[in-house]
Amino acid sequence: MKPQRSKHTFLDRNSKPMRNAGEKRRRNPLSKYGIGIILIVICGIFTLWTKGLFLQPLNIVNVLRQISINAILATGMTFVIISAGIDLSVGSVAALAGVFTAHLLHLSGLPVVAVIGIALTGGMLLGALCGAVNGFTITRFNVPPFISTLALMTAASGMAFIICGGRPVWNLPAEFNVLGRGYVLEGLLGPWLPIPVLIMLAIMAGAHVILTRTTVGRYIYAVGGNEEAARLSGINVAFIKMFVYAFSGITAACGGILLASRLASGQPNAGVSYELYAIAATVVGGTSLSGGEGSIPGTLIGALIIGVLSNGMNLAGVESYLQKVILGVILLGAVMLDQARKKST
Amino acid sequence: MSCLLEMRGIVKEYPGVRALKGVDFDLNPAEVHAIAGENGAGKSTLIKILGGACRRNAGSIRIDGVEVDIDTPRSAEKCGISIIYQEFNLIRSLSVAENIFLGREPRRGVFLDKKKLNEEARAILDRLQVPLDIEERIGTLSVAQQQMVEIAHAISINARIMVMDEPSATLTGHELENLFHLIALLKAQGTGIVYISHRLEEIIRIADRVTVLRDGAHIITRTRNEYNRELLIKDMVGRELKDEFPSRTRVTGTELLRVDNLSRRGVLEAISFSLNYGEILGITGLVGSGRTELLRAIFGADRIDRGTVMIEGKTVRIRSPRNAIRNGIALAVEDRKLQGLVLGMSVSDNITLASLNAVNRFGFIDKKKACAAAALQIERLRIKTTGMLQRVGSLSGGNQQKVVLAKWLSARSKILLLDEPTRGIDVGAKQEIYLLINTLAAEGMGIIMVSSELPEVLGMSDRIFVMRGGALRAQFTRGEATQEKIMECAAN
Repeated sequence: MKPQRSKHTFLDRNSKPMRNAGEKRRRNPLSKYGIGIILIVICGIFTLWTKGLFLQPLNIVNVLRQISINAILATGMTFVIISAGIDLSVGSVAALAGVFTAHLLHLSGLPVVAVIGIALTGGMLLGALCGAVNGFTITRFNVPPFISTLALMTAASGMAFIICGGRPVWNLPAEFNVLGRGYVLEGLLGPWLPIPVLIMLAIMAGAHVILTRTTVGRYIYAVGGNEEAARLSGINVAFIKMFVYAFSGITAACGGILLASRLASGQPNAGVSYELYAIAATVVGGTSLSGGEGSIPGTLIGALIIGVLSNGMNLAGVESYLQKVILGVILLGAVMLDQARKKST
Repeated sequence: MSCLLEMRGIVKEYPGVRALKGVDFDLNPAEVHAIAGENGAGKSTLIKILGGACRRNAGSIRIDGVEVDIDTPRSAEKCGISIIYQEFNLIRSLSVAENIFLGREPRRGVFLDKKKLNEEARAILDRLQVPLDIEERIGTLSVAQQQMVEIAHAISINARIMVMDEPSATLTGHELENLFHLIALLKAQGTGIVYISHRLEEIIRIADRVTVLRDGAHIITRTRNEYNRELLIKDMVGRELKDEFPSRTRVTGTELLRVDNLSRRGVLEAISFSLNYGEILGITGLVGSGRTELLRAIFGADRIDRGTVMIEGKTVRIRSPRNAIRNGIALAVEDRKLQGLVLGMSVSDNITLASLNAVNRFGFIDKKKACAAAALQIERLRIKTTGMLQRVGSLSGGNQQKVVLAKWLSARSKILLLDEPTRGIDVGAKQEIYLLINTLAAEGMGIIMVSSELPEVLGMSDRIFVMRGGALRAQFTRGEATQEKIMECAAN
């Protein structure tokens, strides 16, 4: 998916040189919504395969709940990849933030609400700090993002084990565990509004606004599209890079905290290979690994495709090892299709 | 006798530009045939077609009288054509020998035959009488030595047609002599050589024939005893200057910019000058004379070692492009696609890129204002787009340049640094750019224009500086400058 910057279209009517404005935007529906159509097709297949089981409303809510953590990580990843970077550390940072938050939750002598507040803030700050470290080494010392974040991936994972002494942190307050497990207005509406899904939607909506409506968002596209041109246009490239990595660190921490809450424990090995799923969701969603292109709605669809695939295959009773193989093949196919589409436009 | 190479009616069209309009060219064995012409005359396009780097839209190519179809670099190589581009195709981490035989390494079974590789490489270098260590890495060699490796590579594929694109641009006097010696040697061995250069002295010295291209058309081909320097310049320049460069009333104001003692080790040497409101200052010189570097230094894109910049009498510290832009300085770079534009972004996003701080509220872009700003510039500069959402990458060169200028007008710059403002732009669009530059000067903007096209410098500038070896060597006022005088200062 191309970055959908529909924000200027309203101008079509009040500027003269726009008379042919529609021309370049005209694409056939498959190319404009390519990846969305793939998602619908996959949903259709599973609906038939599971004889309607897949399309049960509760299952759909379930899928959304299952993708929420990956989608949150992928949101930060989208920022990084649009800026032509990569962040391999998000899985480890999620684990580290989860364990650290769980650790802080064991503070004693304070009211539980205060403890939770401190723990959440602490976890998020730690995530931001990790991202800032990435941004710092990348901008100040010109370490390639792949290496810098790979190093932090190892280091953050090690720190997670050190904080908890190698053992999961149990006995978290029930008020905290609600974050990952609870539903809004459950008594009134039933299990329809999972809290993690709402958090995911809020984060993605915020990220979407940043990308499409703020100067920082515009600069992220510019830095990813042509870093030298961006620099020569007066953009503070180092700041933009710091921003995207710090943002990715924060979203990774949010994902890790939700995961800890869901597991009712801080697990030091919880985030293993999460970075790969986050990258997959981002890339399947049409964000270009070479930078300058991408969108949050695309990433949401990417995360949905991955979620629907594993949920659907579970329902259909596909054996779990085979699931991994199929997942890999389909991810590759989706991106290949998308590349072919881009070439043809 | 049939020619070694015969190109007939070659046409190449790019979106919005007709780069070649039916060009004829031929080459005999053991001949040096030079192609001369200004930038944008079509020299590079012609050799790209010959080298299979881009496809012609019409025309035929014959080798030894047989029509051939050249559509990839590989098929050109098969026809015995080798092109030595300005940017070498060498792998810096590999040795001289490995580069000469890249892709065609002698093997024994599945293993590289390193002995044979080195022997054959040495044989070629001996034949060229080039003293080079064949096991040395390319990265440690000088540019001149790398060029020798390129030529050796051409020999190794038995190239009978060798094209050299501005081979002398970065060579020193001594290295140039070596190159000429090598060319004489190749010629004696029967190779046909196409020699492309700006430098008339070289052409006069080594070429048996010279073909002049102008604006994508073949103007004339003369043999050695038919041409001289004056004739060549006349053929190259062709049209009368007064037709091409719109006149303007020249009123320059008070001092806007003063540069004092600007230095960067090995690049810029104690450069001092001033620029007034409404003045167009032309800077020219050969490639590598420090013109681009001077603009980049003023703009804060490169670090400087010494020197001060004053704007309206006040010393300003410019350590980054951001500082420069805040101080009203703008730089339209030579390579728009690589450094000037974000090609994947829309026309309007590019136009407002440097001035978003004027159209945002608490970091949120005010879309109405941004669009109005972009629309204003599109209208004013008459940028031809299908709409402000069109991707900049799909515009023609002239319109891309207008987008760059629009970006800086939007940023309310006072000082405009232009690096080769009309490179790769066709004649009609050039006129528009010239008119625009004149208008901006008339409105009081101070403009520094770097260009290798002498007619452009002469036709546009109020004062002209000539650079050589990182220093300002001469200064002319509008009346006293001529192409000959400038060439004289620039070349030695």
